[in-house]
Amino acid sequence: MEKINGSQAIIRCLQEEGVKIIFGFPGGAIIDLFDALMDSDITNVLVRHEQGAVHAADGLARVTGEVGVALLTSGPGATNGVTAIATAYSDSIPMVILTGQVPTALIGNDAFQEVDIVGITRPCTKHNYLVKDAKDLVPTLREAFHIARTGRPGPVLVDLPKDVVAKMIDFPEKKPIRMQTYQPNYEPHQGQIEKACKKILKAKNPVLYVGGGVILSNAHEELTELARKLNIPVTMTLMGLGGFPGSDPLSMGMLGMHGSYAANMAVANSDLLIAVGARFDDRVTGRLDAFAPHATIIHIDIDPTSISKNVKVDIPIVADCKFALTAMNTWFNTSSDFNREQVAASHEPWRATIDGWALKHPMTYIDEGEIIKPQFVIQKLDELTHGDAIITTEVGQNQMWAAQFYKFNRPRQWATSGGLGTMGYGLPAAIGAKMAFPDKTVVDVAGDGSIQMNIQELATARQYNCPVKVVILNNNYLGMVRQWQELFYNKRYAGTVMDITPDFVMLAQAYGAVGLRATKTSEVEAVLKEALATDNTVIMDFVIAREECVFPMVPAGKATTEMLLV
Amino acid sequence: MKHTISVLLQNKPGVLSRVTGLFSGRGFNIESLSVAETLDSSISCLTLVTRGDEAIIEQITKQLHKLIDVIKVTDIGDSEYVEREMVLIRVKAEAQTRAEVLRVIDIFRGKVVDVSPKSYAVEVTGSTSKVQAIIDILKPIGIQEIVRTGTIAMARASKK
Ligand SMILES: Cc1ncc(C[n+]2csc(CCOP(=O)(O)OP(=O)(O)O)c2C)c(N)n1
Ligand SMILES: [Mg+2]
Repeated sequence: MEKINGSQAIIRCLQEEGVKIIFGFPGGAIIDLFDALMDSDITNVLVRHEQGAVHAADGLARVTGEVGVALLTSGPGATNGVTAIATAYSDSIPMVILTGQVPTALIGNDAFQEVDIVGITRPCTKHNYLVKDAKDLVPTLREAFHIARTGRPGPVLVDLPKDVVAKMIDFPEKKPIRMQTYQPNYEPHQGQIEKACKKILKAKNPVLYVGGGVILSNAHEELTELARKLNIPVTMTLMGLGGFPGSDPLSMGMLGMHGSYAANMAVANSDLLIAVGARFDDRVTGRLDAFAPHATIIHIDIDPTSISKNVKVDIPIVADCKFALTAMNTWFNTSSDFNREQVAASHEPWRATIDGWALKHPMTYIDEGEIIKPQFVIQKLDELTHGDAIITTEVGQNQMWAAQFYKFNRPRQWATSGGLGTMGYGLPAAIGAKMAFPDKTVVDVAGDGSIQMNIQELATARQYNCPVKVVILNNNYLGMVRQWQELFYNKRYAGTVMDITPDFVMLAQAYGAVGLRATKTSEVEAVLKEALATDNTVIMDFVIAREECVFPMVPAGKATTEMLLV
Repeated sequence: MKHTISVLLQNKPGVLSRVTGLFSGRGFNIESLSVAETLDSSISCLTLVTRGDEAIIEQITKQLHKLIDVIKVTDIGDSEYVEREMVLIRVKAEAQTRAEVLRVIDIFRGKVVDVSPKSYAVEVTGSTSKVQAIIDILKPIGIQEIVRTGTIAMARASKK
């Protein structure tokens, strides 16, 4: 067998796994790997901050479904990546993060740029490794990819001491991975499927509550089939948007803290809640004892720990969403108990009730003439991109408006930090998405606060000819926090007013990008059109109604029916 | 409710911290924990005693199982089992109390494992309640130091 060095072996592993693009930032402990990358066909994207590298890999992973890969150096390089690793972990995004480490002989000696990154990331990775022996390099990498992409996906970190990577090794042949301790269960229990289906047939007011698991398992078609076959209204979590077509008449939009009135009312009045790849997060449930109080709950999830964690489940189905939904569709297709027309008709009164709620309190806002309303900007963006752009977001009001007013009709066109809510996610994630799909329009919907957290990645976008578009909904505030202060803290705007904000147009220009600004409603469309037609990175600075709030809003700890409305 | 949970896991560096980190990170409590190799030296057995209602214990076992290095999780309390704990006690033993101490040790079928002019070191093995009982009885005489192993447990073989 021919001998190659550790870094070459790692590159070969990446190629085996189909990796085309990685995002990284170098340093002493990882030079070997960067060096080997130069001789490969893998595009090595040099970011400007390690957080950006990991978010970009995460953005790529979300829009492609592939494992995202980031390459960081030891010490501060690795710690800079931690927020982004935790972001991916919260949203179950498949990633492999490779970090350089000081040579094994120095580990534990407080060596230069040494941190125990395996210790630090233990609670925010699906799994992690320190490779101490060069012969373990290839098996560990293969296992890392396997763990990252199977079961409930997640980030896996592999820490690579410099001497280990420099050793000459044999490149072992690839064999199917069988791990004694890790065998995620994909197939549903048929008895549970039958129980669930029979329950569904009895329901008068059923609701499908859909989370990110549907996107992760590529189960959108099976879900859509089930919903339409049985005429069941669908609501999605922030992570589930795109899992069911947002413009389908059965879609009630998002539920939860900033969900639609109809969705929250429907869940509260449902007699059957079918949770698919969702985890009953507190932002969804509000006060727990008032969440779906009359409903029998069916819960499909590949992760047993998600089941009955927050809400007691009546019919648990531990399985991959796609497998479980397929089994349910098959059951209905073959069961003599199921009469499609009859079931569909029996849900019509329920749908009429929901349509009534949607009509009474639609997702809306108050027009204020030439004062730009952020919701209007998103609506225009949706219209001009035909609802087909890839949208990433920062965090805060901007994120919620994007979720509420863009109509996501397909999975993987939406990348937002849901679980962790990481400001600074959107721009690097947009770069990752655009690198994966150069022909797609990729837009980061941003706040003036969040965009400053990873603004340095504009240089990355420029260097790699990655013409992402940034829509800044500029309220000169840390708006979402200000909204809480307005509503619950007597309008005491402590630490949320940004007196100094850069001139984003000039800032864009400083990076060689294009900067555009709109200060009046009548300018919005032209700015969006120009930006979308420009073959360069563009920052659009929309100066919006400063104290606009995101409504509906369920105040934290309240029942989801206690919504503050426009 | 007290539960004794037995966990088989890969005997690798850092595995124990995955378990303890899980407990601290999720606010589960650990009353005692003991860990050592099994017959197969690549696998360790960890016994831990924890408290919680049914939902918490269910989460604990599921979360433990989710750790990649964990092979098997058994809530031993679900079946018949034997549990043992060992304690080493250094108890004051001066002229007027020596006989009394020896009598107590005898009742608990303990052993004196170290003797000094003013103290005995005693080894006692038994259920947690037995271990607690001897500690309570020796306390008034004067315990200088104790070290407990924490509980280890094993399900009983089926009678058939
Ligand atoms: C890294 C990080 N720090 C703090 C927060 C808390 N936080 C949530 S929303 C928000 C305000 C964001 O401001 P901006 O980006 O301007 O968005 P807006 O709400 O104004 O649209 C803050 C500070 C966070 N989510 N992430
Ligand atoms: Mg703002």
